[in-house]
Amino acid sequence: MKHVNNKLSLQLDVSDFLPAGQEEKQSLVIMRESVSFWRDGVRRFKKNKIAMASLTVVIIILIFAFILPAFYPYSYEQQIRGSENLAPMQYSQQELELKASGVKVFPHILGTDSLGRDTMIRLMFGSRISLLVGLVASVLVLIIGSVYGSIAGYFGGKVDMVMMRIVDIIYTVPDILIIILLMVTLKYPLEDLANNVPGFGWINTIGVGLICIFIVFSLLYWVGMARIVRSQILSLKEQEFVTAAKALGASHGRIIRKHLLINSMGALIVTTTLQIPSAIFTESFLSFIGIGVAAPMPSLGSMASDAIGGIQSYPYRLLAPAIMISLIILSFNLLGDGLRDAFDPKLKD
Amino acid sequence: MPAYITKRLLMSIFTLWLVATLTFALMFMVPGGPFLAEKAPSEATLKALNQKYGLDQPKIVQYKNYMIKFLQGDMGVSLKQRGRTVSSIIFTGFKVSARVGGLGILLALLIGIPLGSIAALNRGKWIDNVIVVFSTAGIAVPSFVVSTVLMLIFSVKLDLLPTYGLTSWEHYIMPVIALSLYPASYISRLMRTSMLEVLGQDYMRTARAKGLSQFKMLFKHALRNAILPVVTYLGPLLAYTLTGSFVVEKIFTIPGLGSEFISSIVNRDYTMIMGTTIFLAALIIIMNLLVDIAYKIIDPRIQFK
Repeated sequence: MKHVNNKLSLQLDVSDFLPAGQEEKQSLVIMRESVSFWRDGVRRFKKNKIAMASLTVVIIILIFAFILPAFYPYSYEQQIRGSENLAPMQYSQQELELKASGVKVFPHILGTDSLGRDTMIRLMFGSRISLLVGLVASVLVLIIGSVYGSIAGYFGGKVDMVMMRIVDIIYTVPDILIIILLMVTLKYPLEDLANNVPGFGWINTIGVGLICIFIVFSLLYWVGMARIVRSQILSLKEQEFVTAAKALGASHGRIIRKHLLINSMGALIVTTTLQIPSAIFTESFLSFIGIGVAAPMPSLGSMASDAIGGIQSYPYRLLAPAIMISLIILSFNLLGDGLRDAFDPKLKD
Repeated sequence: MPAYITKRLLMSIFTLWLVATLTFALMFMVPGGPFLAEKAPSEATLKALNQKYGLDQPKIVQYKNYMIKFLQGDMGVSLKQRGRTVSSIIFTGFKVSARVGGLGILLALLIGIPLGSIAALNRGKWIDNVIVVFSTAGIAVPSFVVSTVLMLIFSVKLDLLPTYGLTSWEHYIMPVIALSLYPASYISRLMRTSMLEVLGQDYMRTARAKGLSQFKMLFKHALRNAILPVVTYLGPLLAYTLTGSFVVEKIFTIPGLGSEFISSIVNRDYTMIMGTTIFLAALIIIMNLLVDIAYKIIDPRIQFK
């Protein structure tokens, strides 16, 4: 049969109309279902034993910090008279008498501190504070960083240059010095705001220290996120689907939200997860040197700091928060590594 | 290259000015003053003191005066530690901190680089696994935990090492280890990944094909390239050591710059706050600048932009 070379020719090629052979049909059969990006990532994540183990630990810690305190008979600020400085599982005289008379007394699993506060519940609340700081700070960083980074990356040119210069400058600012200064100074205007301006009373319920930490972290830590988002957007915006969306008349905001950010989701999730342990790290450091969360609210850092005074007689008081903070940071680090390997292998350095 | 250095230098100076101005503004937002101790001085004394140190003038004038004096190399006198100039306090504190911090950085490099290389060379074997586990755990432990646990073991339980001060070499052991654990772990991880990458490169195969000895191959070809990421880490490492020193100096009662910085803020010692902040910020900024420039000189593949 003569093959038609000229594509514009109207002459029909009869071979195009023959019924498909067995082999041709075979090639169209779907051997394996196509796997979406998410499914593929989840599959890879599940295969990673370390990542799954760290996810389990994170979930256990979340339950320990957020759910267990509701069922715990003591509260973190409750000072039990006569039960000061108890060793783990030790009962005070009064409690022993109560027990003898048949009343059930919940044991102080980790003992009590010098003010008669149960260490276990303080550990739970300390972990809660750490986790809250980590999670909220990371989400704030994610929001600010991705909005800023995507605007810079998407519009490019002069906008990008000016915006990224600002990022460069903030990047070179020694963060820990500014964080310490801000932590000390922000407290006063915030307290003022909470006590004197109606509508800001909620600041006191969350705690001025925590709000300070959130503000400080969102002021300084978004730059890393902005850089990563920008570089993602820069490579994505040249792709055809963006041109297609533009051709269909999508607005800039829509393209950024629905096309660019969605497609860089892998990097966003990974960077946010890895931001959590670093925020927890900084919070515990601040609380340890005494400018973090305010008493009586416990934090793992301040608990460790309090324990130093009695290190000779009560070493276990130091070990509990020390192990907890290390465990939290370790499990989030490993979880982040696992997510990176599963969802964004390119990010691996 | 000169254009790049000039640009970075100008940016560093701008950052430094920004930090100084920000610190100045923040400092005066905190209520209280340097002279309000437990025993409050009389109205007249307070007025005289404020006048003596120029604190009665408008803030903007104080700012201008401070900046002019600073540019002339005069950081003023401490408002709290009477009779001492800020620069002399910083100098004494820095000598102490630099010794502890410098040893910490050195130890971190001496542990991290070999460990990372050994892990990469024995990839998948038990020694690699052990190193990976330890370095992963090491970056999860804050320096205050390391310091306090070390203190618990070696001073309280075993009674081997002194807990505070810095008078003999034994005093250095715990602070230096506490400062170096995190960076040593981080460096060994960095070193392992970059070494693995280098070992897989074509020129390493060429080197092997040429019949180079294992030793020469490692030290002349692999290590020199694999060490680059560690060089970039030196800037952040300094900043980290500084953060760590705040904690370590507090725990081991070391009279270093970190504790001066914290106590100056607590005491509202304005000139000291300005002095220490500018000094530490300059240290970190200059270090980062040097590392960036050094990196571009060491690795010609990186282009100047």
